[in-house]
Amino acid sequence: MEFFNNSVVPYFNYWIYVILMMIGLHAMITKNNLIKKLIGMTIFQTAIILLYVSIGVKSGATIPILAHHHDDHGEETESAHHGEPDHGHTEADAEAHAKAGAPSEVEKPDRPGDGEYEKEKKDDHHDHGDPHHDSHAVNPDHFANPLPHVLMLTAIVVGVSTLGVALAISQSIYRNFGSLEEDEILAKIKQGGSGADV
Amino acid sequence: MSDQLPAILLLAPLFGALITGLVGNGDHRRCFPILIASLTISFACAIGLLGQVIQNGTIDYFMGGWGTDRAPLGVGIQLRVDALNALLLLVITTVALLVAVYSLRRAGEENTEKTPQFYMLFQMLCVGLLGITVTADAFNLFVLVEVSSLTSYALVAMGSKPRGTVAAFNYLIMGTIGASLYLLGVGYLYMKTGTLNMVGIHEILLDPEVGQSSSIFVAFILILVGVWIKMAFFPLYGWLPNAYSYCPSTSSCLLAPLMTKVSVYVMIRVMLSVFGAEWVFQSLGWSHTVVWLAVIAILAGSLLALAQVELKKMLCYLIVAEVGYMVGGAWLANHWGMVGSLYHILADAFMTLCLFIAASIFIKRRQADRIDQLEGLFKKMPLTTAGFVVGALAMIGVPPTAGFFSKWYLLRGGIEAGQWGYVVALLVSSLVNAVLFFRIIEIAYFGKNPVESHGHGHDDDHGHEDETQQGQVGGSTLLSGEGRPATLIPLLISAAIVILLGVFNGPIVEIIQQALEGLPVIGTATR
Repeated sequence: MEFFNNSVVPYFNYWIYVILMMIGLHAMITKNNLIKKLIGMTIFQTAIILLYVSIGVKSGATIPILAHHHDDHGEETESAHHGEPDHGHTEADAEAHAKAGAPSEVEKPDRPGDGEYEKEKKDDHHDHGDPHHDSHAVNPDHFANPLPHVLMLTAIVVGVSTLGVALAISQSIYRNFGSLEEDEILAKIKQGGSGADV
Repeated sequence: MSDQLPAILLLAPLFGALITGLVGNGDHRRCFPILIASLTISFACAIGLLGQVIQNGTIDYFMGGWGTDRAPLGVGIQLRVDALNALLLLVITTVALLVAVYSLRRAGEENTEKTPQFYMLFQMLCVGLLGITVTADAFNLFVLVEVSSLTSYALVAMGSKPRGTVAAFNYLIMGTIGASLYLLGVGYLYMKTGTLNMVGIHEILLDPEVGQSSSIFVAFILILVGVWIKMAFFPLYGWLPNAYSYCPSTSSCLLAPLMTKVSVYVMIRVMLSVFGAEWVFQSLGWSHTVVWLAVIAILAGSLLALAQVELKKMLCYLIVAEVGYMVGGAWLANHWGMVGSLYHILADAFMTLCLFIAASIFIKRRQADRIDQLEGLFKKMPLTTAGFVVGALAMIGVPPTAGFFSKWYLLRGGIEAGQWGYVVALLVSSLVNAVLFFRIIEIAYFGKNPVESHGHGHDDDHGHEDETQQGQVGGSTLLSGEGRPATLIPLLISAAIVILLGVFNGPIVEIIQQALEGLPVIGTATR
């Protein structure tokens, strides 16, 4: 039980990614149908992508988009409302933010360690108005790390391309062997020839 | 201009591929000049870079000019050419040029209406391989590994053999697992160090609090296993024999010499530049285990090669054994072992190229894959035979071919490290190679066949028909039985390079030693 409380619960998302990875690996190896293997491959890659994105999360942070609005606390409000000019303080907009998906506001009461941070943020807001007008200084603690997001965009593209090539190869296999089941294909290979050489 | 050589090296085949896509579809004959032009530019860049490295030492190039004067390390993507990879760049471009010449007519025959696509994939593969060799950014390495892997999956699947598509599918599955494990390893490194630049990671890992943590340990395991899948290190080799046997011959001539060797280079680069020789050889303490794994790889590859009846499959299992040499040499934790491993990367590329081109010519002539169908071939094709024999002697390890010297350095490293299993495996593998190749030479030259062949006379007639169909090379009786010059010249050039690499192994080894200077454990020879 102690193991569960100390090692599993705080890192439950990483446990899920590992389980996903193993599901994907299992599908790639044991499934007979070629398309199921490819789905397993996609699941495997997705688990890795999720793990990377998890790295970039900070408690109380929002999505890493800067806005150059001249209203106060431009960072959180602008990034939550797409293009709508903000009005009012964060407290009033808390519900709207929660709907728009900024994670920090929603989980305010749940996170035990966040209390101090939230209080600091509220105090900061009054200060934030001034620095925001004077220098466009950005506090990186308020934004999730964008670098893993960017890396995973690349990885997603790579995964999609691999899936595309794999599906094209599967089409070619179907044309040659008339089946997408691995055991049937292997049986056909054993009886038939291996194909003429060019 | 000479400052931008690393970028031009990568961009020339990239633009070549794009231009081939644009203009090649209209007239297939336009593809070939574009290919030769782009690969020649890359070749010239590689020579230029080698010269610069010998004169000035390591070259650091930042894409887009985002050097350390403008941005912190890790913001820009860094390309680094040092003594470790300058020679490999030259080898990749040379092999690519030779196979390009080889493909003059063969690509058209094998891929018919898909010739422009084949050449596009060829050039993108070169971009990927060259990029893997020069990059100094860990994530960029992943992207380029995937670029080269995707193009190689397509190149394997592109042929007319139905089994090639199944082999390509299996290759794709295993290759993707390998690349994904590498990506996961880089993720763990990023978690701990916060940067993706290899030099930056190395500096942060020097701090024992970071460097000795279990995350870094796991990162190393993941990256290592990922790269081992890519290089077909036993027991992760399952994709290689089928993939390289059932793909079109031009693809096999391009893939077999390069893909696994570049993956071995990636392993060495990660070991030396990212984690550091001290971390890998002293803190990790795995050298003994990995060398035993390499021993098993060498023996398994050699024994499985003995069991093959198809010529190309046999050569593929020999590649598995050669990868065992290189991994074992790198993990000997020894100066001469590492030198031998790096030198073997260069030598093996050309040996494999030689053997695969010769095997492709033989198979095309006989229209058959099996070794016992090669009877009497040597008398009819003396020049091709000469090329094949040079490759075979290099594999066995006969001086003055490059294979002898690489075995010499590896044996020296093994003896100094006290890894007697590795030494015995190298010697056994040489013997097995001797048995394999002399068996082929005997069958092909003397026409003796352990299994009674019914078609001996039939084969002779077949041979004559092929000659008249393919067209004569010239009037001389020496060349009248040979294939086309476009296929023969690359074979002879690569055979010559195998011998030259051996004869001039001194200067080459000096360049390699320049790369290992100053590193702990492997920097200095113990004698």
